[in-house]
Amino acid sequence: MRMAHILLRHRDIENIHKLDVYRANGGYDALKKVLTEHQPGEVIDMVKASGLRGRGGAGFPTGLKWSFIPKAPGEKYVVVNSDESEMGTFKDRELLEKNPHQVIEGALIAAYAIGARQVYNYMRGEFMGIGQHFEEALQECYEAGILGDNILGTDFSCRMYGYYGAGAYICGEETALLSSLQGDLGQPWSKPPFPAIEGLYKKPTVVNNTETLANVPPIILNGADWYKSIGTEQSPGPKIVCLSGHVNNPGNYEVEMGLTFQELVYGENYGGGIPGGKKFKALLPSGGSGPVVVADALKAPITYEGLTPYGSTVGSASVVVMDETVDMVWAALKMVHFFKHESCGKCTPCREGTFWMEQLLHRIYDGHGTEKDLEVLKSVATQIKGKTLCALGEFAINPVLSTIRHFFDEYKAKVSGAGQKVAKATAVPTPTD
Amino acid sequence: MLLQEKYPEEIKGILARFPHKKSAVLPLMHLAQEAYGFTSREAMQEVAHILDLDPTHVLSLAGFYTLYYEEPVGKFVLEVCNDLACALRGADKFVEMASRKLDIPVDGTTNDGLFTLKTVMCLAACDRAPMLQCNLKFEEHLDEAKFDALISRLRAAAAAEKPEPSIVEQISAFAR
Repeated sequence: MRMAHILLRHRDIENIHKLDVYRANGGYDALKKVLTEHQPGEVIDMVKASGLRGRGGAGFPTGLKWSFIPKAPGEKYVVVNSDESEMGTFKDRELLEKNPHQVIEGALIAAYAIGARQVYNYMRGEFMGIGQHFEEALQECYEAGILGDNILGTDFSCRMYGYYGAGAYICGEETALLSSLQGDLGQPWSKPPFPAIEGLYKKPTVVNNTETLANVPPIILNGADWYKSIGTEQSPGPKIVCLSGHVNNPGNYEVEMGLTFQELVYGENYGGGIPGGKKFKALLPSGGSGPVVVADALKAPITYEGLTPYGSTVGSASVVVMDETVDMVWAALKMVHFFKHESCGKCTPCREGTFWMEQLLHRIYDGHGTEKDLEVLKSVATQIKGKTLCALGEFAINPVLSTIRHFFDEYKAKVSGAGQKVAKATAVPTPTD
Repeated sequence: MLLQEKYPEEIKGILARFPHKKSAVLPLMHLAQEAYGFTSREAMQEVAHILDLDPTHVLSLAGFYTLYYEEPVGKFVLEVCNDLACALRGADKFVEMASRKLDIPVDGTTNDGLFTLKTVMCLAACDRAPMLQCNLKFEEHLDEAKFDALISRLRAAAAAEKPEPSIVEQISAFAR
């Protein structure tokens, strides 16, 4: 018998997206508790003590992030990062659509903790359809006195709005997101200044991922010790894992951190194995942005630290499984095409580097590449590393270097002209723009 | 002044959400695209005018963000995700099939002006591939039969002049 969901509660409780159902099941009790029983500083301490780490991918301690906000009165903001555009990631979408009040409650607690009176939820533009559920939940809150002036009869007042981007992966990076929200190109800025000091409209701002905030109400209600009893010491709490690719049961799974990738892919309560009884080849643990891992990593736990020995990272836990038929040069090309398309163009090494990596991979994949191309490809990837403002440039080289590391023979076969396709490609890559 | 004529209340509502009106530029561009059909120069000039922005700035945003169409598009924009996760579940073959059935290449528009076919980056629906968004509405778990049914439904809606409710209009209405 699996434990009840902490985040994906709509799977246990029907219609929890409705305010009355959410409240009948303890909803907004955590908000009421902090507003009536705790000083803002105590709320930050509780979240710190829980060990909650950012669920957007970076894993930064949430309470610590909140504590960086200056205590002096003045305009401050909470911004929810619902840009969710990492390839293989679809968890925030489910929360916004099916359990929006838990996100709203978490964001309101964050606002109270840091002294913000305004919250924006930045959703990717493609979420406008899904955002309607979130907007309806907001409307219910305004009508019930949970948003607006004197929330739940207290002195605390706060407004919250949905905001919709317009198609740009880079806006998941917090400074790019804030630039976009200010009406500019979604391009990152050089830190410092950090958003905690100069964020939205140059005011202190906390940017938290949607799933991160959904963890906050249960932490407040049940306490830090309860939260730390779930998961591992370094990675406490539940995590929504997005499972896709070659598995029998793709979808979101709320797991206790520490579950192994083996169990996730093959367990009957999870992925249920690979279709057609095919063999496992590789998986991406963090969408397109983390290095690919092979079968030896299946025994690793899903935690922030679990993949370190395998040279990878769990990121936002967007697990894409590939079976034995997948041509890894093709897979690398697909991912690099993504990063080339999504590079914002601000930093030359990323803008030009992703372009050339795609060109080279195309040539190698098409069977026209040479040994020299392979060397140049590695050289370009290595030269992007550490030379860009944000992590997109760093992410873009991972598919290249990690597939070369684990599947060098596939590249070799292509550049030597020996085998055009190592395995039958499942598809044709998109031509370059 | 198509935008202001068509959506005066929505514009007011959107502006009220921000302490600095420049933040309203992306939402107004979404609405302008709805009113004008694409992010034409005229449409972007109207947005710039409302927000006291340089039209060049608004046009640069139209070029940067992929949901803004700088050229006229069909009545229904079919955007298929063929990123890696979707491609592992047949998205590239699905794109080929859609292209063949509509008799247009990717980025092409049918002669009757009804359909534009595009490929896009990840739409956060990898577990439901192949999938696409049609005027921002997600259509998931697709196959050839479901694609045929979708196209028939859209053709019928266009013939009956009963357009599907616009998601941009619906979401903008929350700001009223």
